[in-house]
Amino acid sequence: MFKAYLKSAFFVMVFAAGVQVTAQQKQPTDNSHETSESQVTDGGRVNTPEEINEYIAHHLKDAHDFHLFSYTNDAGERKHVGFPLPVIVWSSEGLKTFMSSAFHHDDDGHVFVEKGGATLTKFHSKIYEVEPGATALTLDDEEHPTNATKLLDFSITKSLFGSLMVGLIIFLLFSGLAKQYKKKSIPTGSGRFLEPLVLYVRDEIARPNIGEEKHKKYMPYLLTVFFFIWISNLLGLTPLGFNITGQIAVTVCLALFTFFIVQFSGNKDYWKHIFWMPDVPVLMKIALIPIEVLGIFTKPFSLLIRLFANITAGHFVVMSLIALMIVLKAQFGAFGSTGISLLLSLFISVIEILVAFLQAFIFTMLSALFIGMAVAEHDHHEHAGSSEDDLDEVRERFV
Amino acid sequence: MYNLIGAGLIVIGGGIGLGQIGGKAMEAIARQPEAAGKIQTAMIIIGALLEGLAFGALILGK
Repeated sequence: MFKAYLKSAFFVMVFAAGVQVTAQQKQPTDNSHETSESQVTDGGRVNTPEEINEYIAHHLKDAHDFHLFSYTNDAGERKHVGFPLPVIVWSSEGLKTFMSSAFHHDDDGHVFVEKGGATLTKFHSKIYEVEPGATALTLDDEEHPTNATKLLDFSITKSLFGSLMVGLIIFLLFSGLAKQYKKKSIPTGSGRFLEPLVLYVRDEIARPNIGEEKHKKYMPYLLTVFFFIWISNLLGLTPLGFNITGQIAVTVCLALFTFFIVQFSGNKDYWKHIFWMPDVPVLMKIALIPIEVLGIFTKPFSLLIRLFANITAGHFVVMSLIALMIVLKAQFGAFGSTGISLLLSLFISVIEILVAFLQAFIFTMLSALFIGMAVAEHDHHEHAGSSEDDLDEVRERFV
Repeated sequence: MYNLIGAGLIVIGGGIGLGQIGGKAMEAIARQPEAAGKIQTAMIIIGALLEGLAFGALILGK
């Protein structure tokens, strides 16, 4: 039992390590970001829809520092509350490691950092290496820097930091539970809460979908993915501002795990149903091949899109409702708008707690379903006779 | 502009679908309360598949 949990913890670590690497494969074309120069400020205070939009867009993206909130003090200075995280990039001059505080919270490519011959800057949450001699970033029409190259980034970003935290939480919780089982005692404390969940995953998700004999092998993965997603989702609802499962890189990584597990555990029948569907005419068999092959990829794709979109949409709605406080201030006064926003965001937050569980459940459930489809044994008793035999069989069963 | 209309159509379609699933599941549970657990699980799976489709279309169409 303990070994299984150790394995789970290991899986989480691997997830966390894989997350940042996939983050780099994202194309830089996903910027629906408004130009940040158009910040409309009224005495430095956040009170315009544009700035709210930008704030939400910034929250939904990954960041290189852990930023709780910022404010403008009476002297007109912008103050940021949070702490920096390590930046690890592979530049033309080799590996560079420093704290993100070197950028002074700049995200528009204004601050240049000199590190052993390489000039680095941060622009829209990405680290760029500026060409030697350049004094400012030049942008093309689509807001992409033209005189800087994107770097291979292994930084401990906010999301990676969050997923490491989730890994640590899961490790502590479950190593405690495992220790209790070693003493042959009934679980106490947090174990009493976790045991039913573990049993739930086993009895409601793994057993019915994968089967009595084979489900054991996949339990470590299913439990890990369930608790990782669930705790990440819950962490996203705290005011710490994590958005782990709302990063498409994270969900891509999770879906890739399911994809590879399904493909590698697929038995003969699974591949036969893809490439040479039994019991259909030959022409149909050929027509079905591309559809079935496409199906291999659409399944994990829908998994990753579902999780990403649900969590992103949830965060977006929560933040928009909080922002109502500022937008409606003119109509309803300070107390009225705060009351409305508080009620609505409380309501949606309660729903989000349900969604957090539901998404973890659905991801695990569908993973189990796909694994179950791959390992299922089909007994093709030769249909040498005719459908009449089958009919007799069915009749016998009922009469 | 057109992608926004498309997004609206997707949401309408998804809403109709979810309503159908939920309504039929309710009817089924009312008819056979002892099978409520199984029906719920099936309902959630189909709901999730539908939702994945709708969200996929929304994100790809944005």
